[in-house]
Amino acid sequence: MLRIKPDQKQRVTITVNGKAVSGYAEPRMLLTDFLRHELGLYGTHVGCEHGVCGACTAIIDGAATRSCLRYAVQCDGLDIQTVEGLADPDGTLNTLQKAFNENGALQCGFCTAGILMSSTKFLQENPKPTDDEIRDMLSGHICRCTGYTQIVRAIRQASGQ
Amino acid sequence: MKPVAFEYCRPDTVEEALELLKEFGSDASIISGGLSLGAMLNMRLVRPKALIDINGIDELGNFDAGDATIRTGTLIRQAGAMAMPALMSGVPLLAKALPHVGHYQTRSRGTLGGSVAHADPSAEIPLTLVTLSGAVTLRSPGGSREVPAREFFQGLLTTDRRADELVTGLTWPIRRGQTGYAFEELAQRHGDFAIAAVAVEATVAGDGTIADVSVGLGGVEDRPFVAATAGFVGKPATEATASDIANTIAEVVDPMVDLQANADYRRQLVRVLGTRTLTAAFDDATGQQEAA
Repeated sequence: MLRIKPDQKQRVTITVNGKAVSGYAEPRMLLTDFLRHELGLYGTHVGCEHGVCGACTAIIDGAATRSCLRYAVQCDGLDIQTVEGLADPDGTLNTLQKAFNENGALQCGFCTAGILMSSTKFLQENPKPTDDEIRDMLSGHICRCTGYTQIVRAIRQASGQ
Repeated sequence: MKPVAFEYCRPDTVEEALELLKEFGSDASIISGGLSLGAMLNMRLVRPKALIDINGIDELGNFDAGDATIRTGTLIRQAGAMAMPALMSGVPLLAKALPHVGHYQTRSRGTLGGSVAHADPSAEIPLTLVTLSGAVTLRSPGGSREVPAREFFQGLLTTDRRADELVTGLTWPIRRGQTGYAFEELAQRHGDFAIAAVAVEATVAGDGTIADVSVGLGGVEDRPFVAATAGFVGKPATEATASDIANTIAEVVDPMVDLQANADYRRQLVRVLGTRTLTAAFDDATGQQEAA
């Protein structure tokens, strides 16, 4: 059994975008804050911090889910994919990112990282989704700039439809 | 927004979890998916001394299908449940309810047992368990007990669980012949908390009359509950009867009032969603008969 005292800083090692990295977290440190402040990965955004807005969504241990409702100490040893892992190291955007760019599927970009990570996992599970299925998946994200039409269009384009 | 400082405990077995509950009692919060508890922790609506993370307890992920019931361990994720053909065909009402539970990104982590233990009055999984007359299994150092779902939920976020007990699993009755199911809810957006939800299990006799009917309501009062409908057994299983039942129920409910809806609106939702779900369940039951 693992027990970590309230003020104890625990070493946490996770594999982020294929690379093992470590930092320190006390039990109450959210995974979002660990990614941003301990690991310097600012691509994962912090929105509502209660699981509603979807901005912090990352692929954690194979599931697209909220990183604001997970504590870093829960994630020791897990594999996590964040938005930083999507583009090539030289900055070339991947198919999904290009589709967002070409369809005007973002304005301020605050919600975009989360939507990209949800969509990445969603398209792996459902490579040719219908618009209704895309909209159902997007219901877990709040975008206040673009409306969702262009986002649906971008995801459809990325799926080759 | 940060939770209060808490001790983090990750037991490997149910026994270890129970030791922790004995040590901390009601000062501990038990986390499974954390989709509801995580939000309450972050907003400091709960301030535990210890967070007991049960995600490392393998036996809580068990699934056992018997002849009359299916037992799901607390930790079975909502998305995982949707991907289990034996569970979805054995408990069709759950299959109809789960797509309404949160979103793609929350069902991937949220658990069946966690939703039941949390006891939000508008939550779909507790409502389904109550409608089907399922049960909740709890373990304490003194042993194990099974509580009927209709007695487990006692009010807003309040259940029959004692501070030294862990919810270890849920028991779902398997579908019976000539029985139909329907589930509908109204929420501001798909996946949001239901303003009102109605779940129906209805058995129709060979002569087209109602043999048995169970109408569960969620989001209406402070807990999911089954409305009194015994007086309608023997009536024809038609849309007209469905409407009568829904109107009768709407008169006796005592709806919650919140920023989303007043009592009259919730009563109207009981009429509309009730008529719709009852009619759909009757049709589903009749369809079962014709197929048999």
